[in-house]
Amino acid sequence: MKKLFTQTLLAAAVATTAVSTAAAKDLVFVSWGGAYTASQQKAYHEPWMAMNPDIKIVNDDSGGGALAKLRAMQEAGNLTWDLVDMTAASAIVACDEGLVMEIDHDALLAAAPDGTPASKDFGEMIASPCFIPQIVYSTTIGYRTDMVGDTPPTTINDFFDLEKYPGKRSLEKLPLNNLEWALLADGVPADQIYEVLDTDEGVKRALAKLDTIKDHVVWWEKGAQTPQLLADGEVVMGSTYNGRLFSVIEEEKQPIGMLWDWQVFDLDGWVVPVGGKNEEDVLKYLKFATDTQRLADQAKYISYGPARASSAPMVGKHAELGIDMGPHMPTDPNNAKNTLLYNYEFWADNTDDLNEKFQAWLAQ
Amino acid sequence: MSATVESAAPEQMVTADGTPLKVSLARARRRARNRALLLVAPLFLFIFITFFIPIFSMLFRSVENELVGNTLHRTVPLLQNWDESGDTIPGEEVFAALQQDFVEAQKTKSAGRPGRRLNYEKPGFSSLFRKTARKAQKLEPPYQEAFIKISKDWGDVEYWRVLKRESGNYTKSYYLSALDFSYDPEGNVVKNPGEESIYIKLFWRTLWMSMLITVLCLVLAYPISYLLSTLPARTSNLLLILVLLPFWTSLLVRTSAWIAILQQEGVINDFLVFLGFLSDDGRLAMIHNQVGTIVAMVHVLLPFMVLPLYSVMKTIPPSYLRAARSLGANPFTAFVRVYMPNTVAGIGAGGILVFIIAIGYYITPALVGGQSGTLISNLIAYHLETSLNWGLAAALGAILLGGVLVLYLLYDKIVGIDNMKLG
Repeated sequence: MKKLFTQTLLAAAVATTAVSTAAAKDLVFVSWGGAYTASQQKAYHEPWMAMNPDIKIVNDDSGGGALAKLRAMQEAGNLTWDLVDMTAASAIVACDEGLVMEIDHDALLAAAPDGTPASKDFGEMIASPCFIPQIVYSTTIGYRTDMVGDTPPTTINDFFDLEKYPGKRSLEKLPLNNLEWALLADGVPADQIYEVLDTDEGVKRALAKLDTIKDHVVWWEKGAQTPQLLADGEVVMGSTYNGRLFSVIEEEKQPIGMLWDWQVFDLDGWVVPVGGKNEEDVLKYLKFATDTQRLADQAKYISYGPARASSAPMVGKHAELGIDMGPHMPTDPNNAKNTLLYNYEFWADNTDDLNEKFQAWLAQ
Repeated sequence: MSATVESAAPEQMVTADGTPLKVSLARARRRARNRALLLVAPLFLFIFITFFIPIFSMLFRSVENELVGNTLHRTVPLLQNWDESGDTIPGEEVFAALQQDFVEAQKTKSAGRPGRRLNYEKPGFSSLFRKTARKAQKLEPPYQEAFIKISKDWGDVEYWRVLKRESGNYTKSYYLSALDFSYDPEGNVVKNPGEESIYIKLFWRTLWMSMLITVLCLVLAYPISYLLSTLPARTSNLLLILVLLPFWTSLLVRTSAWIAILQQEGVINDFLVFLGFLSDDGRLAMIHNQVGTIVAMVHVLLPFMVLPLYSVMKTIPPSYLRAARSLGANPFTAFVRVYMPNTVAGIGAGGILVFIIAIGYYITPALVGGQSGTLISNLIAYHLETSLNWGLAAALGAILLGGVLVLYLLYDKIVGIDNMKLG
C-alpha cells in the first residue's frame, strides 16, 4: 500500500513537470464569455498560440464583474489576470482608479497596412489613455416583425408610440441610452442631447417622456433578456446589443427585425492590469491581436464592427453561416444613418447622480 | 513539599502530593477548559479570519475617507483656514499647493480616485480632476488664474466647499446618502425630495416583502411538514426527496422556469386563455413585478422552512394528540392547543432562516423583479460591481445588518432564541 502510494506520488510529480514544460506559461484573459469569447478565441487567441507554442491562453468569463474583481485583486495585492476585456466606460473608471496601465498606442500597437499610426487608425475610439479599442457595438432596438402590422417601426419615435405599436417594450434598467432616446423622441436635436441632459430640467424632461411608456416597460439587467423576451413574444420591441439581435435573427431564425435608428455606439476593448506578471508577453499579444487583419477577422464570428478604420474594408463573410457580414455591422452606412456616440466624458461625471435619479424614478 | 504540608492548616484538605484540594481542583478545571478552548480554537480562528475581518474591513469603508486628504496633502491643511461660509474661493497659496499636489498625483497616476470619490458628492469632479492632472505640470503662476483657465469649476465656491467637507479622514456622507439625505449647495444636510429618495423606500420594501415571503413559506410548509412527519417512513422519504429536489437544482434554472410559467405568453396565461377565463389581450402580468418576485422567492426558500419544521414535528410523539382527544378536546383544539405549541421551535428556526436569506437575496429579484420587485440588495450589488462606490455599498450593508440585528433581538425578547431548534 505504501509502495503504491509512493509510486503514484512519483508518477504525479513526473506528470506535473511534463505538463509544465509543455506549456511554460498560462496567460489569463478575462472576457465576456459565450459567443464573444469564442470569436476572440478563433480570431486572436488560436493564431497567436500557434505562433507561440509555449504559451497557453486561458479564458476567464467573469467580464461582467471585472471592474469590481480587478479592484479587489489589486487591493489584496494578488493579481491573477493578465489582460481584461472591458467596455470603454469601465476602462475610464479603471484608469482613474489606477488599476490598469496607460498605453502608448503608437509605440505598442501595429500601424495600419498603409503605415497610418495606430492612434490615427483608432482615432476617436481611444476613449481613455488606458484603453485599446477592439470593437464597436451598438445598443439598438429589435422588434417582432409579426406583431407590428404592415408598417414596421422606422424611427425611435415609434418606440414611444403606444397607439401605433401597442404592447410591452424592454429597456435596460439603467439611465444611459434610455435618457438619450427619450430626449431624441421628444424632439431634442442629437447634437444638443448632452447639453440638455446636463441640466435638471433636461433630466426631468427625459424622465417625463419615459413616463409615457413606463407602465409598458420590462426592465432588463442582462443582455440576453431582450432576445428572450422578443422570442417569447413577451415584448413587441426592446433594446439590446446588436450582436445579440444578429444571433437571434440569423442563427435562431426568429421573426425579429432591427430598428437601427439612433443606435448608440459604444466601444469594447482591452485594458492591461497594473503589475501583471507576464506584461511582456501580453504586450506582444496585443500588438498581434489588435492589428488590422485580426480585428477584421473577428467580424467573421460575431456582428460587431472592428474599431480600426483600416479594418472595415476587409470584413468578409460569416465563418459558419456564409452570409456577408458587412450589412450587419452597426457601422454599415445603411444602418448608421442616425447614430449617437456615447458621450464618455459626460457619463463618467454623471453616471452616479443620474442613476440615483433614475432608480428613484423607477421606484415611484 | 513537606514544608507545604507542615504550613497548611490542619483542617485544610490536601491531595496526595500535598497541594490544597481547592487549588488542585481549580487547576484541573482550568486545564480541562483550556483543552476545550484549544479544540474550538481552530474554528474560532477560521471564523475570525474569513468572516469577521472581511466584514469589518468592508463595513469600515462606509466611514473611511483618507483618499482626498492623502492625495492633496499640501492643499488640505491650508484649506482649514479658508472660510467656506463666504462666497470667495481660497487664495493663491492654496492654489499653489494644489498645483504641487496635482503634479505629484499625475506622476503616480493617483488623481483619478479622489476625483471619483468627490464625484459622488458633486458630479463634475471626476473630469475636473482628470483634466487638471493632465495639465498641472505646465501651469505657471498666478495659479488661481491658471486653474480657472483649465476649468471654470475651480472658480466655483461650491466645488471648494465639497472639497473641504470631504477632506477629513472620516465621512458621514455615505450614511447620509444611504438614508436619502444630501448636502445643499451651502453645505447643510437636507432630506432628499420625495421623488428623488430611493433607499428608505427600498429598505421598507425589502422588509415587508421578506416578511410576506416568510409568512407564505410558513403557510405552505406547515401542512407539508406535518404530512411528512406523520406518513410512514418509506412514503415520507420519497416526499422529502421531492422537497429537496428543487433545492439541488440551480437557482438560475428555477428562476428561468418561473419566467416560462408566469410570463404573459407563458403556460398559466395560455391555459387561462384556452379555458376562456381571460381574453387574449387581457393576459395577467405575473412576472417582472412584485408578484413574480414573491412567487419565485417563496419557491426557492421553501425547503429552508420545511426542513426545520419537519425535524421538530418528527420529535413530537403522536400520543400527545391522542391524549388530548381522550381528555375531551375536539380535533381542532387538540391541534391548536397541544400540537402547535410544540412546533414553535421549528417555526422560529425556519422563520429566521427564511427571513434572513430573503432580506439579502438579489439574483431572483434581479431577474424577475422588474421595477416594483427590486430589493435593496440589488442596489448594493450595483454599487459594488458597477459604480464601484464601495463606501455607499458598505453603508447600505451596515444599515441592513443593523436592521436584521434589531429584529433578531426583538425575536429573542418576544420568543426567546433558546427556543429555536434546527433539528
